[in-house]
Amino acid sequence: MATTKRTVDVQLSTTGMDSRGRPQRVPLVTDEAGNIVPMTAPPAAEPELEGDHMLINIGPQHPATHGVLRLVLELDGETVVRCIPHIGYLHCGFEKIGEYRQYNQIIPWTDREDYLNSPGNNVAFALGAERLFGIEITERCKVLRVIASELSRIISHCVWLGTFCIDIGAFTPFLWIFQQRERVYSMLESWIGARLTTTLTRVGGMGADIPDGFTEDLDNFCRTFPKVLAECDAMLTKNAIWVGRTIGLGAMSADEAVNYGLSGPMLRASGVAYDVRKDFPYLDYETYDFDIAVGQAGDVYDRFLVRMEELRQPIRILEQAPRRLPDGPVNVDDHRVILPPKSKATSDMESMIHHFKQVMEGPRPPIGEAYVAVESPKGEKGYYMVSDGTSKPVRWRIRPPSFVNLAAIPKMVEGHLLSDVIAINASIDIVMGEIDR
Amino acid sequence: MSTPFLPVVAGHAEGAGAMIPVTPRNVPHHGGPENPAAAALRAQFAAAVHRVGVVWGGTTVIVERAQVNAIVRWLRDDPSQRYDYCSDVTAVEFRDMERAIEVVWHLRSLPFRRFLRLKALIPRGEALVVPSIWDIHKGVDWLERECYDMFGIRFEGHPDLRRILMWEQYKEGFPLRKDFPLRGRFSRSEQLRQALAQNPEAKYSMEELSIAEAFEDLPAEMQQRLSTGERVGE
Repeated sequence: MATTKRTVDVQLSTTGMDSRGRPQRVPLVTDEAGNIVPMTAPPAAEPELEGDHMLINIGPQHPATHGVLRLVLELDGETVVRCIPHIGYLHCGFEKIGEYRQYNQIIPWTDREDYLNSPGNNVAFALGAERLFGIEITERCKVLRVIASELSRIISHCVWLGTFCIDIGAFTPFLWIFQQRERVYSMLESWIGARLTTTLTRVGGMGADIPDGFTEDLDNFCRTFPKVLAECDAMLTKNAIWVGRTIGLGAMSADEAVNYGLSGPMLRASGVAYDVRKDFPYLDYETYDFDIAVGQAGDVYDRFLVRMEELRQPIRILEQAPRRLPDGPVNVDDHRVILPPKSKATSDMESMIHHFKQVMEGPRPPIGEAYVAVESPKGEKGYYMVSDGTSKPVRWRIRPPSFVNLAAIPKMVEGHLLSDVIAINASIDIVMGEIDR
Repeated sequence: MSTPFLPVVAGHAEGAGAMIPVTPRNVPHHGGPENPAAAALRAQFAAAVHRVGVVWGGTTVIVERAQVNAIVRWLRDDPSQRYDYCSDVTAVEFRDMERAIEVVWHLRSLPFRRFLRLKALIPRGEALVVPSIWDIHKGVDWLERECYDMFGIRFEGHPDLRRILMWEQYKEGFPLRKDFPLRGRFSRSEQLRQALAQNPEAKYSMEELSIAEAFEDLPAEMQQRLSTGERVGE
């Protein structure tokens, strides 16, 4: 078992009241030097205890498995000897259905795979389809898509943080962070009318331009969200219980992480600075000023730190994006893919023909194939589309980051305690809708 | 791992004259710069490289099926290539039933920031078998299982090739094949009948029961059924 021996400075304290009823930090343990008490990784479980191995089943209906994941564990006492994951309980055949749908009709399906990251999936699919059609989107559309992607990163990480806290036993940050998530959903609702399943993009543009007052809402959010994040940070990052529950668990070295195909925060926590936005940029991400967080030990605690930083960095992007938002059209001026306005479709012959052809037959990309990957909150999300010249793809493949990340769970949990399985599983940030598709 | 991984700081790639990558613009349908790995593969595996094409900016190398494992290994280990990251393994079946099934590997070189698509063709009528690259990239474990589950392509050398998204007793075939109807092969009533006929007790495979030595704890009637070869899954 590869536990990483390292120390984190924590304050062993609890929240109490002073004589006038105000909350204050009450130190629990102080050493001679001060309040800082170093925490180390927990000792490895005792080997060589006699007894039978036990078979434990977790899930598929279990709140800590984040959906319908089933883990069959072989336990030696409390130590996991072997882990056999079972997935597929949510399999809906998205890829098969996509072969029977026109490109714009597939976009609602992308909402429903990684349902915590719907706008990001919409953007990813639209980028892939535009590559296949050979369309260059407008500058305004690019900036709007960056805003959508980063908002969706915040939503997804908010859910991750809340559920991760609950899995480990901290309830309060869940409520704080879900209030913020609600604010983002309200912004998305004002933008496109839907909250969870947004269907925000179209091939060649967006479903809607941002409404009046959206940038003010965004500014307001960017001002206030970091304060809530700072509260969560103060509550968790140096909390002795938190560090004790997370440090040294499920460590993956950089070599292993790359070899196991991990991506996103899982890979970066292991010290590999791979971020699709930086290494294979799209939507002009190279022109935005932001940093990517990289961990060292690759354990649950580092994944927590990396994702906390990834909640702060989108704010930087969201502050830059509205300032560079150009005027002009959102959709491309291409009658192959963009529907003409309804008023023109009923009064102008050309527009009516385009409208009819698009609705009845659907846009047809030339023969070809494209793999376009974006950095989703879970990792590298790729859409691979193959066209045979008809209006429906021959193959629509989702490269699901949580699927590949979850495949490494036997490697990560073996040798750890049963209670740590929950923490490790939560640190992968899985969405079963994306894994089973 | 034979090649030590040297972390690359994003935006400041070192070595081989790597530059800060930019968003691709006006990507041509055919043509454009070819991935240097294609020429290197031609030089190294002359006969095994059938065709190289650049479609929408992505270089596709169609290689001999039997050589895939050796090619992927060379691509990972050669210091001028270092394709150390396997993004995806999947397959494509075309609507044209004469056309060969393609197995697709999407590889990335993180140090050099390159992307390469490898393909192997399986002509119609031949056995759907390709070599597994599990011994090179452990991350393809579930990807190859999914490809087998959906297309019926067997990855030779994979240690645990069984269904992953569909259940073990699934009898209708391989869902992503083009001859598989969208609504499934069996009627709704037959699907319902099979679902109701499943044994809800038998939630563990024989393998799982044997590792935990839990077989003896089962009711005698269930032991008897399992030992006579009844397939159980989740």
